[in-house]
Amino acid sequence: MTVTGFVRERKPEGWNRPPIIEPDGEGELLEVAMGPHHPSTHGVFRMDVALDGERVVRLKPVFGYLHRNHEKLAEGMNYLGSMPFTDRLDYICSLTNNWAYALAVEKLTGQEVPERAEYLRVILGELTRVQNHASSIGFLIQEMGASGTPLMYAFREREKILDLFESLTGSRMMCNYMRFGGCRVDASAAWLDAARKVVAGLPGFVDEFERLLSTNEIVMARTQGVGILRPELAVNAGVTGPMLRASGVNYDIRKVDGYGIYNRFNFRVPLGDHGDVYDRFMIRMLEMRESIRILTQALKDIPPGPVMDPKAKLRGFRPKPGEAYGRIEAPKGELGFYLISDGGPNPYRYRVRPPSLINLTILEDMCLGQNVADVVLIFGSVDIVLGEVDR
Amino acid sequence: MRTVEEIKAAIETAIPGAGAEIVPNPSPSGQHSLRLAPSHAVAVARFLRDELSFDFLSNASGVDWPDCLEAVYHLYSVALKEGPLTIRMRTANRTGQVELPSLTPIWRSAEFQEREIFDLFGIVFKGHPDLRRLLMWPEFKDHPMRRDYVEPDDFEYEPTAHDAVLARAAAHRAAKEAGR
Repeated sequence: MTVTGFVRERKPEGWNRPPIIEPDGEGELLEVAMGPHHPSTHGVFRMDVALDGERVVRLKPVFGYLHRNHEKLAEGMNYLGSMPFTDRLDYICSLTNNWAYALAVEKLTGQEVPERAEYLRVILGELTRVQNHASSIGFLIQEMGASGTPLMYAFREREKILDLFESLTGSRMMCNYMRFGGCRVDASAAWLDAARKVVAGLPGFVDEFERLLSTNEIVMARTQGVGILRPELAVNAGVTGPMLRASGVNYDIRKVDGYGIYNRFNFRVPLGDHGDVYDRFMIRMLEMRESIRILTQALKDIPPGPVMDPKAKLRGFRPKPGEAYGRIEAPKGELGFYLISDGGPNPYRYRVRPPSLINLTILEDMCLGQNVADVVLIFGSVDIVLGEVDR
Repeated sequence: MRTVEEIKAAIETAIPGAGAEIVPNPSPSGQHSLRLAPSHAVAVARFLRDELSFDFLSNASGVDWPDCLEAVYHLYSVALKEGPLTIRMRTANRTGQVELPSLTPIWRSAEFQEREIFDLFGIVFKGHPDLRRLLMWPEFKDHPMRRDYVEPDDFEYEPTAHDAVLARAAAHRAAKEAGR
């Protein structure tokens, strides 16, 4: 089941766009390097933009400022050794990175995960999604010029969720919590109660956030009809996550693969119908609501039991020769790990499929013909983390 | 979910002499793959996308084997909600003949990933629209993900130097002395 037609107010097409003045072919192109220290790039990322007046005629992203060859590092250590490094890929959502890696190794070795651990994974994964979407909306609005307030609203909620992560895993952002065949430690009854309390407060936050932003005149003027991505191009270019669904393609890996125990929960997949920046912003807003639904169900149903497969061996295990590709619906898109084992204690090949990098493939297509000020918004609506783009 | 055998049979009926062979995967994941002959790979890829609706190339990765380089692609179908189908291509050897056909004209999502494979493994993708290094800088010479890659001797001061670092520093100084 999907949700569409969510936009409460949408003005006629082109209402916020000045008439386009076609270039007369005279004059020179202005080449601008946006980044690597531009405040809107969320890190160190460069866009080499060629401008005709205010209009973008070419845009080439330049990567690699944060490259540390994560994949090579992982080939030099055993399977468990890379788990803390996966936290550093998308450092906003370390728990979903852990989950994707654990899932890939479990596919490679055929390990089972106890039921309580599956529930804990879902709870932590959805809390991660809520705080990622909240802060990414906050950053997007910040880049629109609304300094502070929406971002601080988002960070206020994120703070509560990070406190939960800290009390369970010992770390706010570098959680290093999931293991092959379960989770590292069990959650106490007190922690679950605290989580229920936080989740009970989230719908109020989303209502407030939506009231504040979704019908705001400036937000609508800056985002509607900007950076349109067509569904056929989105699928062909491998765009995943909220960006793909904002273009109207019904593809959520939680539904398609049903990995973990996601097919037990009742939730909907919000879809956009214009594929512009506004739709991406609203999709994140709606996905937070669906995550809260999943969280409420999971926190109600979580059974007692072990959180680790007692037969699971963490250190020094040698998977049989073979390979596995495991993927999950991370908050930013499809996060996959591709592992090849040659029978040794280290992976022969360890590959991360980074959603942030692949979602940038169509950045130029979305920006061509737009104003240079909109590049910042279009880029912000992709929602990337450079730790994952450059690896 | 169609099996690899069915897909192989469909390819062989449509493109005679395509030379696809099944690579079994003994691991519990059971993700068997299809190895394509580079000469027919683009035609097979187009057939997979247009006729068998594998419209979504999720992941492209390079692998460095002792005697060849390999490009591995994971395909999914958004329309039919199935997958993955793993396809792979091998180069003739690791040193001279490292060319493979690019699948970027079929699936746009391979654009940056093939650039990354070119950068880190040194596979040259023929037909790629913009084959440049992705993560390393343009003047960089080697391919760091190859297993025989040797790190450059660029020792830097480390505040908590320990055994391995100290040994490396000594080697660095000796090399510098010898050079002088």
